[in-house]
Order: sequence, then C-alpha cells, then structure tokens
Amino acid sequence: MGQGWRGVLSGLTITGALALAACGQGGGTAVKPNTTYQEQLIQKLIDAKPGDVISIPAGVYAIDRGLSLDADGVTIRGAGMDKTILTFKGQTAGAEGLLVNASDFTIEDLALEDAKGDALKVNEGENIIIRRVRAEWTGGPKTSNGAYGLYPVQVKNLLIEDSVAIGASDAGIYVGQSNNVVVRRNRAEFNVAGIEIENTQNADVYDNLATNNTGGILVFNMPNLKVPGFATRVFRNRVEGNNTGNFGRKGSAVASVPAGTGVIVNANDKVEIFDNDIGGNNTSNVIISSYFSTGYMNKEGVAPTFDPWPEAIYVHDNRFSPGGAKPDGLDLQALRVAMFGLTGSLPDVLWDGYADTKKFKAGKTDPALAICVDNGSAQTLNADGPNKNKSPKLMGDALRCQLAPLPAIAVAAAGPVPAERKVPAPGKP
Amino acid sequence: MKRLCCLLLGLILTACAPGPLQPRFIADGAPEALADWGMVGVRDGRLVLAAGAQPYELNTPLFTDYAGKLRTVWMPKGQPATWTPDAPLDFPVGTVVTKTFFYPKAADGTVAPGDGLSLSQTGDGLDLGKIHLVETRVLVRRAGGWAAFPYLWNEAQTRATLKRTGAAIPVTLTRPGRRDAFVYQVPNVNQCAGCHATDHAAKALQPIGLKSRHLDREVTLAGQSYNQIARLTQLGYLRGAPAATTRVRAPDWRDESVAVEPRARAWLDINCGHCHSPKGPADTSGLYLDIATPPGPSLGLCKPPVAAGQGTGGFSHDIAPGDPDQSILIFRTASLDPGAMMPELGRSLTHDEGLALLRRWIAAMPPGCR
Repeated sequence: MGQGWRGVLSGLTITGALALAACGQGGGTAVKPNTTYQEQLIQKLIDAKPGDVISIPAGVYAIDRGLSLDADGVTIRGAGMDKTILTFKGQTAGAEGLLVNASDFTIEDLALEDAKGDALKVNEGENIIIRRVRAEWTGGPKTSNGAYGLYPVQVKNLLIEDSVAIGASDAGIYVGQSNNVVVRRNRAEFNVAGIEIENTQNADVYDNLATNNTGGILVFNMPNLKVPGFATRVFRNRVEGNNTGNFGRKGSAVASVPAGTGVIVNANDKVEIFDNDIGGNNTSNVIISSYFSTGYMNKEGVAPTFDPWPEAIYVHDNRFSPGGAKPDGLDLQALRVAMFGLTGSLPDVLWDGYADTKKFKAGKTDPALAICVDNGSAQTLNADGPNKNKSPKLMGDALRCQLAPLPAIAVAAAGPVPAERKVPAPGKP
Repeated sequence: MKRLCCLLLGLILTACAPGPLQPRFIADGAPEALADWGMVGVRDGRLVLAAGAQPYELNTPLFTDYAGKLRTVWMPKGQPATWTPDAPLDFPVGTVVTKTFFYPKAADGTVAPGDGLSLSQTGDGLDLGKIHLVETRVLVRRAGGWAAFPYLWNEAQTRATLKRTGAAIPVTLTRPGRRDAFVYQVPNVNQCAGCHATDHAAKALQPIGLKSRHLDREVTLAGQSYNQIARLTQLGYLRGAPAATTRVRAPDWRDESVAVEPRARAWLDINCGHCHSPKGPADTSGLYLDIATPPGPSLGLCKPPVAAGQGTGGFSHDIAPGDPDQSILIFRTASLDPGAMMPELGRSLTHDEGLALLRRWIAAMPPGCR
C-alpha cells in the first residue's frame, strides 16, 4: 500500500468541524410533510412520455422509497429550491432519492433532502440539465449522510448551474465518467468534497462557491474505469475555508483528502486552474497529487493501463489568500513546522512529487506533460512522496512554465462563458 | 332478437363461472388484471397454471427475501425460442413469462421461507390454504421489446391487480430460532428496468433467468423427471439446443458436491451480474460480477471502490482476498441500509446462506494485495 495523504502522512485529526455543522436553509423539518403525494408522483414518473413536464407544486413531500425515471425528454420542475421539497427522511428503500436513466432530462427548482443514498443520480444519458436544485442533508456533515448530492455519471452534454449541495458524505456535486460538462454558479458547503470531477473529459467549472467542505474542488481519476478523465478548466471560482474535518467513510476516494484543501488534482491530466479566489484552506490552497498518495495503490487491484500521475497541470493567475496555516494531521503539521517554523504556513501549492520517469525526455519531464505553476509569488512545496517525504523542498521557479490554455467547453444549454462573474454567496449560518 | 339476448346472457353467465385458464398474448396496453393474461389463476383454493404455461426453475435463483417463486413461460403455438449459449434465449414476440412470489404460511400467522421449495412441490400449483401469495410479475415479449407488469394479490387471495407504482408490504418471516419483521418491496414499473435493462445504453428490458446455463437442470414434476432444456424442446418451445454434454450449465448454489468458487460465481452472476457487467447500469463502478468476467480487479480482487461513498463500510477493497471481513462486497451484501446495501433493489433482508457462501469463497483466496 502507498502512503496516504491522510492515512499515513497525516494523523487523522478530525477538527471541531462537526460543531460547525449548522448550515443550509432546508425548511423541511418545520412543516409537516405531505405523505400522500408520493403515490401520485411515482405514477407521473412511470407514465412520463417525451415532452412531459412534471410540475411539483410548492410544499414539503415525504418520500419513503427511491424514485426513478426512465423516459427520455422529461422535465421535472418545482416551485423553487426552498419551496418544493422532497424529504427522504423516512426512506426505507432505494439507493437514491431520485434515479434517472434517461436523456434530454431537465430538473429544476426543487430540493431533495436527507436521501439515504445519493440524492439525485443520473446514470447514462445525453443533454442533462440540473438547475436551481438543492441537495441537502439537513443534520449537517455526518458520515451516515448519503454519498452524493447531485450525481450525473456517464452522461454527455451536462449543465449543472445555480444549484446547492450541502452535507454529502462524499461529494456534493459529483460528475463521473462524463463528457462535455459545464458546472457553474453552484454553492457547495459542508460536504467532504464540494465539487468533484472524476474520469470526466472536457469540463468547465466556473463561478462556483466551494466553502466549508473538507476539499473544495476535486479533479480526480480513478482506476479500473472505461475512460480516463482529462481537460478540465477550474476558473473564476471562490474556494475558501474548506476546513471541515473529513467525515467520509474510510476506503472511499475522498476519505484520502486532507481537511483544509482548496483545489485538489489527483491522477488527472490537462487541468487548468486559473482566475480563482482561493484562500483560508488550512492544509493547502492547491494540491497536485498522484494516485500513489491516496493510499489505495496496489498492483493487483489497479488495472495496469491506469495512469496514476497528474500531468499537464497548469496553475496560473489565481488570487491566493493565506492558507496552509494548520494542515490536517500530525505529519503535515510536522512538515509545516520543520520547514516554515512554528508560526509558518505551507505554501499555496502542495505537490506530492510523483512524476512518470518513463515518460521523461532527456532526463526531464516532457514539457507537454509538465506541472506548471505560474502564479506570481505563489510557492510550491514538493513533498517528496516517492522518497517517503525525506527531502521536501520548495520548488522556487522550477515549476514556472506555461501550457497552452484549454479550449472553452461548448454545452448548448449553457452557451458561452458569460463575461460577468457571478459567484453565489455563502449560506446563512 | 329475443334469441340473441338469451344467447348473450348465456355467454355472460359462462364468463362468470371460472372455466379453464385461457393463456393469451396481449400485444399492447397495460392489462389491469393478472387474470387477463390467463397464465395463472385461482381455482378451488389453488393457484393453478394454464395448459401450456410451462413451470420451470433455475439452477441458482435470485434471492428475494426468502420468497418462494413459481415461474412459467408460455409461447404462441409453432414459434419456438432459439437457443443461445450465453444471452437469454431468443424468444418470439408473444412470449409471456410469469413469476409468482409467495410464502408458505407459518403456524402463528407469520410466514416461512419458500425459497427452498423445488419445482416438484410448486410446479403443479399452490395450495392457498398453505401459502400466501404476494405478487405476480409478468414479462411479455411484444413487437417493441420486453415489457414488465407487477400484479399485487389481494388479501382475500382471489385476484391480482396491476400495481404500476409498486407497493411496500409488511411481512413477518419465521425461521428456526428467529423472526424478522420487514417491509417487502414490490418494485414499480420503472424499477423493473433497474434489473432487467441489462444493456443500460440500449435500455431495453431482457429476461434474466431464462438463459441456457440457468435452465439446464434435471427436475421432477408430477412424478416425472426430465431435463428442462429437453422438455422445452419437446414442447415445441425451444429449437437449436445442442447436446447436453456440450452445454455449459450453472451449478446449484446449494450443491455441496460442487466446489465453492463456481457456486459463489453462480450466485453473483444471478444476483448481481445483470447490473454489474460491462454493459449493465453498474458499469460505473468498474466492478463486474457476471459469469464472463475473469478473476482480477474487475471481479473486485484488491480493487479500490470508485463511488461507493458510505457503502465502503470503511474497507479499502471490493474483495480483500482471504479476508471476507475486510471486503466491501461482503459488507454491502450483508447491509440493510438503503444507502449501502447490494443489490439496491429487490431485498429487505440479508441472504444469510448466500452471504456465507461468498465468505467461504473469499476466505479461501490466497490472502493479500500487492
């Protein structure tokens, strides 16, 4: 087993984050839920035909079984994410709140609260729009919360916008194994991972707020899947104060993320991180890491075709405010004190130091696969993972390089990137 | 005119007295009553089968909360299914498959496990004095593909009515030394696809059990012993089946004379493989539990989970060879938490005996992940 950022590098200190749990605006508990509407809603989902709009009026509805939709071309529309609330508090069956196996699907203006598993899963489909939807676990961050808030997987042409995800025990917004994706103007708070882009190709993640998560924005690649992820742009986001103690279930990918992580890349390629406001993340504002640092690497269980290295990562023109002052776990704390003194901080960028030496050209990283940090005075710490963290060192200007900017993603429903940046405000505590 | 009226009256009276079942294919629509299909029905306190509704059982069946299952297949005359080695048999338009879920009555108003009953005990009908009917699912091959309809039996056990939205039924199951009160989930129509849409991109429904490997079995019915593939052929329901010696058959998961591994794989194939296959809806996990997947990471050996979330149970590998207690597969098969349990649909109880078999299989593997 490899060395884990949290499992070995760190000593698993869950901070006082659970006490910070208050969050969200879920009104579900105050109103007595309607228990009779469920049957009608299931009937509508079963009878749905292409072109149908299933309107759910304002109200709080108790749902005790997982809902599912199989018909293409359907819109589900509520009266607002704080007005139409499906509460799954009493759910006895179903791995999701709502499971959608369909294309040309739009869901907007409603909330899914306290699902036993994932709140909304969209499994395989094209042209998916998730807009002004709130997925929330109303009891604050707990390991027993459902895994994913908004969870499209294996979809093509995806827009997630103006939505809210709170309290997921894995990722609030999780885009898996998808292609052509825009995730914008969402708010992710008090999740283990705020927004996670995994094994996904061609994604634009912008104008989002990720705060009070364990890790704000994750761009990951996992082994043993059909497609590797690459080409993600993370820009114009606010990624601030993601210091909630990691409450992910041990063994899950996100359980390896240290609390206090702003943006983290793991084993993914071609990731451009620019023009973001990133600060107050107590371990590091940006982490660039390989699969070796998750603690899950093993030769038998990981397909040999898997590329565990982060390559062609380009960090530039972000506005960093101080972070790294109180990294998660004893080992990272020790590293901070050893290198920067009792009152010092880890620098803005932390790199685990792994690179694929087989791809070196003339003894050096191929410039096309380089990790480039060209971000003013921001410093990168090489944690020297391959040598068991023996000789960590600041990289100075050694990583100062440029890569070709990634192209903008064209998702028809999203249109071009608006000139005006609109990042949502944090929820009221 | 008067004669016609009397004649009509006569027909109506005839319709009211239940005669023999008239099996038929209904080409479209959603028939409200199970009786409309004429495959199974209640006569004189028994659930009986129509002539031509051939009962069958599987070498290793899917677990459904210890319910007994009486399965039938019926095809229009002169249009046999075509044998295929791996895929479900290629059935003609007009094929109607039924599966009736029931529990034997226990002494004190609860029910007992019915999953151990063999075709010799169920295949010529069920005594409603001794068993309680829950639901009958109909899978019909129409011109546009397979369609699924769940019918729920009434309390009086006289008729079953279409319940497209599914149902939650409280059941108390008595087993030696234990009693479990649980909620039996009748799936809704969309959830039928959760298992039967085995090719998730195509999203078309398919039968799961009606494969040669599962059907190739010696059974006894009404005192006669026969091989089910041979019988289907003899009935004109199947053509193209090769000689028995060349066919691959799944083992009976309970057959202690067979090694543990093939039985565990057969259990995984029928319980998990319809989703966990390279084309199934659970291909998102990278974990393939169908019979075609060779041992390795895809079968879960040393494989880190992908999107299991809380379903990891705190463990790092889908299967930790040699160590069932550290295997996510075991944790999720045992779990009753909707957010963690596997399969996601179709059970509210743990299949203790199936779980024990999986544990033996994993425990016997050479330990460790390198």
